[in-house]
Amino acid sequence: MKLCYDVPGADLSLAGKASAEVKRALGRLGVDPGAIKRTAVAMYEAEMNMVIHGGGGVATAELSPDRVVITMADRGPGIPDLELAMREGYSTAPAWIREMGFGAGMGLPNMERNADELHIDSTPGKGTTVTIVVNLGGVAQK
Amino acid sequence: MKVRDIVAALEGILLTGEDMLDVDIEAACGADLMSDVMAFVKENVVLLTGLVNPQSIRTADLMDIRVVVFVRGKMPPKDMIAEAQRNGMAVIATKYSMFLACGRLYEAGIRGGGTREIR
Repeated sequence: MKLCYDVPGADLSLAGKASAEVKRALGRLGVDPGAIKRTAVAMYEAEMNMVIHGGGGVATAELSPDRVVITMADRGPGIPDLELAMREGYSTAPAWIREMGFGAGMGLPNMERNADELHIDSTPGKGTTVTIVVNLGGVAQK
Repeated sequence: MKVRDIVAALEGILLTGEDMLDVDIEAACGADLMSDVMAFVKENVVLLTGLVNPQSIRTADLMDIRVVVFVRGKMPPKDMIAEAQRNGMAVIATKYSMFLACGRLYEAGIRGGGTREIR
């Protein structure tokens, strides 16, 4: 099964809807609740990043019998220093994003914590593609 | 503690979720940053927040949080209440600040909330 969503950029009122729909779809299919929550949290953080930093993009979710693969491809400026971006508490989000409850510098660490595999392919000036893999029946939240 | 006891302890207004009044809640999380909620929450909590925007309801939904309290006298707009209702949540508004609301729930018997290692 494959789901695909257009995620609009800079519209926080819609941000998170794709993740919520994927969560519901996985629930309807009877996927393990722990795996659903880990998928939903990791995807939601990636979706927020896509809206805040990436100027929007395309989100896809592919479910196979043993895992869920989420791919988030944005059209943004890319991540200049990935090691720094992975650090808890580091954020480049502007003040207005913090006022909206995000930009705490927890997004990428939260994704890493919840995913069984996290791949980030970022090219400055071209965009970032984040791939999140959650194994069904995989490990609990780290 | 039941949701109805939370409403009473906070002298709150239940904005939606009358069918949730007898649900038991053992833990609480007070936060305005939703990524912290996602990093921290593992139990069945009531979320106390001053963040009145759709992300608070969406984050709660993703984390399977069924009760959200808006502190400091903040009233969420109708579309947020409607989204919470669609998600089967209870939403409460209280006049108390975050500090006082958390303190009142602690005093009333909610002790769970977890800890996280300093890193």
